[in-house]
Amino acid sequence: MLLIHCPYCDETLPEPEFAYAGEAHIARPADPMALTDEEWRDFLFIRSNPRGTHYERWRHVHGCGRFFNAIRDTVSDKFAMTYRAGEPRPNLDALKEAAE
Amino acid sequence: MTAQIHTFPRSPVTVAVRPLATRFSLRLRPGHRETGEAALGLPLPHRIGRISVEGGRQALCLGPDEWQLDAPEAEADAIRAALPGSLPHALVEVTDREVTFVLEGPGVLDLLSIGIARDLSRLEIGRGARTVFDGVQAVLVREAGERFTLSVWRSFAPHVEELLHRGARELALGL
Repeated sequence: MLLIHCPYCDETLPEPEFAYAGEAHIARPADPMALTDEEWRDFLFIRSNPRGTHYERWRHVHGCGRFFNAIRDTVSDKFAMTYRAGEPRPNLDALKEAAE
Repeated sequence: MTAQIHTFPRSPVTVAVRPLATRFSLRLRPGHRETGEAALGLPLPHRIGRISVEGGRQALCLGPDEWQLDAPEAEADAIRAALPGSLPHALVEVTDREVTFVLEGPGVLDLLSIGIARDLSRLEIGRGARTVFDGVQAVLVREAGERFTLSVWRSFAPHVEELLHRGARELALGL
């Protein structure tokens, strides 16, 4: 079972309390009418689906109810870190260097 | 001939239903927390899981902007009238929405582990949490070392009660 750190509760809790909510850092275009059909399709459906580091959203649905972002390795399923929604995308390489 | 057991061993944990006095759900922006505290006469903890008690009133912080208020029935009207209309908030009485079970005894951690994946030995006394019990959202409070309360929504209560009683029986029989 995955153990996930909720940045709002500041506790590491088991996965059944959480719900996955797709890729993170995808902002809705401010003026959808100005987009071409292809751009709108890409916003709605096209996701990066990487092998390795993935920036994704989770929701602590059976807890504080907040959405937050996480960095997870899609191969090992290990969480590098979690951070609050609205915060900028952390630079993982810089974090790794700082840790070393 | 089949041997019949007429005296069952005492269960290491008891399950009972606690009648609720009055329960409210309060939503309030963190910036307005202190105004809400002053109006209610009750400190509202800002850390999730913390409980504050003032007189007969109790507040449990469930989220950054969400609290569960418990109070004696006589104070219900006072709480309904306490928060001014100029303060943006949502206060909803949820007394009848939930059923609260009191679980007590040395086997209480074992009993809860049948439905909760958290490590409850790390939940400190006098704190609470919203979590999930066998797929049912529940609010858990550790009142004492071996006493917990588990509140679930009324429609899930028969399932949860059945599961708790069955678990308590199995613990009593040493299964």
